[in-house]
Amino acid sequence: MSRISRRFAALEKSKRRALIPFVTAGDPRPEVTVPLLHEMVAAGADVLELGVPFSDPMADGPVIQRASERALAQGICLHRVLGMVKEFREQDDETPVVLMGYLNPYEAMGYDVFAQAAGAAGVDGVLTVDLPPEEADEFVCALDGVGIDPIFLIAPTTTTQRVAAICARARGFVYYVSLKGVTGSQMADIDSIAAKITEIKAHTRLPVGVGFGIRDGASAARVARVSDAVVIGSILVQKLEELAHHPAEISVKVPALVAEIRAAMDAEGERI
Amino acid sequence: MNTSKHKSIIGSQPDSRGHFGPYGGIFASETLMAALEELQEAYERYLQDPDFIAELDDDLRHYVGRPSPLYFAQRWSESLGGASLYLKREDLNHTGAHKINNTVGQALLAKRMGKRRIIAETGAGQHGVATATVAARLGLECVVYMGVEDIQRQAINVYRMKLLGAQVVAVESGSKTLKDALNEAMRDWVTHVDDTFYIIGTVAGPHPYPAMVRDFQAIIGREARAQILDQASRLPDALVACVGGGSNAMGLFYPFLDDMEVALHGVEGGGEGLETGHHAAPLCMGRVGVLHGNRTYLMENDDGQINATHSISAGLDYPGVGPEHAWLKDSGRAAYHAVTDDEALRAFHELTRIEGIMPALESSHAIAYGAKIARKMTPDNIVIVNLSGRGDKDIHTVAEIEGMTL
Repeated sequence: MSRISRRFAALEKSKRRALIPFVTAGDPRPEVTVPLLHEMVAAGADVLELGVPFSDPMADGPVIQRASERALAQGICLHRVLGMVKEFREQDDETPVVLMGYLNPYEAMGYDVFAQAAGAAGVDGVLTVDLPPEEADEFVCALDGVGIDPIFLIAPTTTTQRVAAICARARGFVYYVSLKGVTGSQMADIDSIAAKITEIKAHTRLPVGVGFGIRDGASAARVARVSDAVVIGSILVQKLEELAHHPAEISVKVPALVAEIRAAMDAEGERI
Repeated sequence: MNTSKHKSIIGSQPDSRGHFGPYGGIFASETLMAALEELQEAYERYLQDPDFIAELDDDLRHYVGRPSPLYFAQRWSESLGGASLYLKREDLNHTGAHKINNTVGQALLAKRMGKRRIIAETGAGQHGVATATVAARLGLECVVYMGVEDIQRQAINVYRMKLLGAQVVAVESGSKTLKDALNEAMRDWVTHVDDTFYIIGTVAGPHPYPAMVRDFQAIIGREARAQILDQASRLPDALVACVGGGSNAMGLFYPFLDDMEVALHGVEGGGEGLETGHHAAPLCMGRVGVLHGNRTYLMENDDGQINATHSISAGLDYPGVGPEHAWLKDSGRAAYHAVTDDEALRAFHELTRIEGIMPALESSHAIAYGAKIARKMTPDNIVIVNLSGRGDKDIHTVAEIEGMTL
């Protein structure tokens, strides 16, 4: 059983929804990332999403774009991202880590070389924004070889046929993009999210996480009501940007934001 | 030469998912997949629809001004003392470049698909102008994304787009050029996917764009082939076209792919020289990767991050290239070369002074390479150079380089 499956099974038992924070590796400073990952776990994160910076992040809004630019400007490359995961694993062998990014850095490294290195570093899942399942055979095969889950996206526009096909290939969890837009946009209404999750659940027993557009405790709590996991990205990255020149405050204020959202989700859980 | 191999391989491209050999494909956000399928379905349907084809043909004739002439550049040919050079005069199209062949086609498609809003990316501004033009004519809302770097060097085209009623959005992210404009247009499309048609200007992007843009541009090659047979009673020895994303080249080459006796030469922006690293020549110097929806040759670093490119011409300043060109390169059917900024600039002046035709700086790369190979040939040899656009838009750039203030 993978770390991701174990973690979701444990959450299921305790009737808790997963909170999945996203930060870009190396943003705003390389030395901030690993301690921040630990602090977010302490603040209530269940799974960690670590952004692999890319020069042309087409699916991201301006907030995460700028995070990528900050990281790249400081020399963050895929090797260093994997190094951060390895360092994180020295103290935490339980919390799943999912890389989120674009295909080209993996292509440049070579799928097999990447898969071996990622597996050795302790990566549990890879979510690749510009890799639909139709093009994913070779990459998924490389990930399979080292037991890493390919995480696939489903969007509001995904047809029923595609939902079935994607669910058939998905592992770990299914990531539902809650809106038509880039990361950091306004959230869609909760009823349409709930309806799509019902549709997805008809095709898979995997947990369904929801991301894009969740900006505070209240919206996280609403999403937690209808899904298995809540992904928060842009609001954290926004906070990191604000604190870029006050790195000492990052370890206080960013985990506090995670804890605040955790509390709102848990309060909602008690009401259900 | 074994011609049957190329015929069977090249004629069947792309496959149903947009692959040209190992290149192309659909590497797009899940949110766009339904829209891409809808577009592919509509495109394949209307391509077979006599009513659509008739409307397109009529627009190309009466609105664009086709057929464009195939002009024998006698003085230029004689001055080089080599092959007979013919110019395919895409510069004489409405809006001054080949770009409108494609925007007319895609806009008619948008109209039939019931889309009310058009978006586009542009580098030199020619595609943006061609898009704003057809949007104005069809009464569609139009938003054009353009890097701030390009906005500065193509101010005239920016103003043209505004006059045509388009909203020009300045893109500040990344290298602030064409690739970033494309990223931003993709972000817009993801956000407004229901009512918006994205008119991509080149033979790149996710399937079906590379094949669709090629098919709309192939009128260039179909005409040129008939015209040279009419004027010289034979096929040319070589075709030459500049390659940024590669739409004018693909449009010229495509109807000649099975004519194995015709050599195909694509010319990339060599910038300050391939050895300097400051260029825009992914086919000459790049490696294979995935960007903007397709797998192709890219200018990238060892980490797979896309490099900033450099070319004197904004239209060639792009780190990728259409996947069919990547395939033609690997299969050996076409050859790709680079011409530097300086060589292109000299060709710009040469053609202007000898023939009274001012080429766009993009096209000047093809002119320079055409002259280079023509010199090694004799007047019995025929070379067709695609004069993809006119140079009026570039006179500020040229003047500035030469220290003049207009």
